[in-house]
Amino acid sequence: MAKIEIQNLSKDFDTPNGILHAVKNTSLTVNDGEVVVIIGPSGSGKSTMLRCVNGLETPTSGHILIDGVDTSAASTDIRKIREEVGMVFQSFNLFPHLTVLDNITLAPIKVKKMKKEEAEKLARELLKRVGLEEKADVHPPQLSGGQQQRVAIARALAMNPKAMLFDEPTSALDPEMIKEVLDVMLSLAKDGMTMLLVTHEMGFARAAADKVVFMDKGEIIEVGTPEKMFSNPESERTQDFLNHIL
Amino acid sequence: MDSKEINERIKAEAIRQHTISVDPNATKTESTTINMTDGVLIPKKGEKHVFTSWRLTFFGALILSAVLIIFFPDPYRLIFLTCLRGAPVTFEVTIFSIIGAVIIGTFTGLGSVSKRRWINMICGVYVELIRGIPLLVQLIFIYYAVGSLFHVEGMIAAIFSLSVCFGAYMGEIVRAGIQAIPKGQMEAAIALGMSRAQAFRYIILPQTIKVILPAIGNEFISMLKDSSLVSVLSLEDILRCGRMYISRTFLSLETMLVVALIYLIITLVLSRLVGLLEERLHKNG
Repeated sequence: MAKIEIQNLSKDFDTPNGILHAVKNTSLTVNDGEVVVIIGPSGSGKSTMLRCVNGLETPTSGHILIDGVDTSAASTDIRKIREEVGMVFQSFNLFPHLTVLDNITLAPIKVKKMKKEEAEKLARELLKRVGLEEKADVHPPQLSGGQQQRVAIARALAMNPKAMLFDEPTSALDPEMIKEVLDVMLSLAKDGMTMLLVTHEMGFARAAADKVVFMDKGEIIEVGTPEKMFSNPESERTQDFLNHIL
Repeated sequence: MDSKEINERIKAEAIRQHTISVDPNATKTESTTINMTDGVLIPKKGEKHVFTSWRLTFFGALILSAVLIIFFPDPYRLIFLTCLRGAPVTFEVTIFSIIGAVIIGTFTGLGSVSKRRWINMICGVYVELIRGIPLLVQLIFIYYAVGSLFHVEGMIAAIFSLSVCFGAYMGEIVRAGIQAIPKGQMEAAIALGMSRAQAFRYIILPQTIKVILPAIGNEFISMLKDSSLVSVLSLEDILRCGRMYISRTFLSLETMLVVALIYLIITLVLSRLVGLLEERLHKNG
């Protein structure tokens, strides 16, 4: 498993209305096997920070270290990092032209040069783990949202990542499907996977998180255990936010 | 069909295929844009009036041809036979040119979305250059320009020019098709550790093909019509056969009527086929 260190990260976007400071000089450490949940109002830079970790966004300044390897160093192969850090998206982003099985086996075969039979065996095991072994041969658009997201988790796990990033994995789901996805995530957390999540599921945060991080306007306002954050947060902004959503 | 309409159709198609989740916070905007196009080219079952007018035209043309051949065998039967002798050349030019155009278009489309500025620039200049020059001028120019350096056969010159010309439009179609694939697809591929080239090959292009297939069908139809221009390169296509017949018999009106009927019937059949293809894709989508 892996340790993620975010050091003085800043990310600016050029917009027609000027420069947007999405993340401002933020530092955060996720220790080996830890589950860290980032909460905060929309537009607070949570997703941007997450996307910087596996290089989907390039930081304007600052460093991200994965097991001590600087992702922005010229000598680092960012693709190797991405193999080691799985990502699950809000909109699933499954490949609609491939079957569920091919969705999962594509990257192991093409990137890790795994044998086809081996990859398929692994894919079926992972599908069993997320409870979808009978859906191997259907195309993603025929699945419900919750099922698609579970396939997306299996797809990320197929690369045998050391850490997983979740970008609002349940926000696009109907309420009755949220639980099935959270159950998979909970079992991952129990197995000791290092996880960094952006989510609005406070129940999950309470049950599985080691740390809860509250972000607002590109800055980390408060970090603490779930108990402390939800029962008596120090900052007024955190209180305000939690009062609104709980 | 202008490139804006192509863009819009391609986008709509891609959105239809990819709508998985809907952002509940997104505000619904009422669109009041009026699209000026040259009309619905391809009849579909839903569009009753278009389908009916397609039928009216198609069967009208068929019946007129039959009447001419049966009741006025002299001179129409001979004119039909003479003109149809050019059909293989017309099809040959069209089919090889569309293959050439698709190949050129794929590279141009990929070049337009490349991250390298100078490749974008080359593709952009190519597209602008070709779009700004009439096809007839290009055809004659390439024929004589290349011909002054070394001998080219009319057929090669025709296929080359048509490929280069339609390749530019095809490039725009491919570019629009690639851009119509949601950004998340590329991101998901990249996040799994694939290179951009791998992502294009395994994820983006297979989805693009499905989206742009109807547009390619439309280009094929335009190409078939525009291939009549190659008759200036002394290629014996349908139009050229007709004009040679006129110079022998001076039956201008009758011959051109037949030429027009032949093109019309071929084009209408093809547009129906493209319509069926599109329907099929929708069903399987």
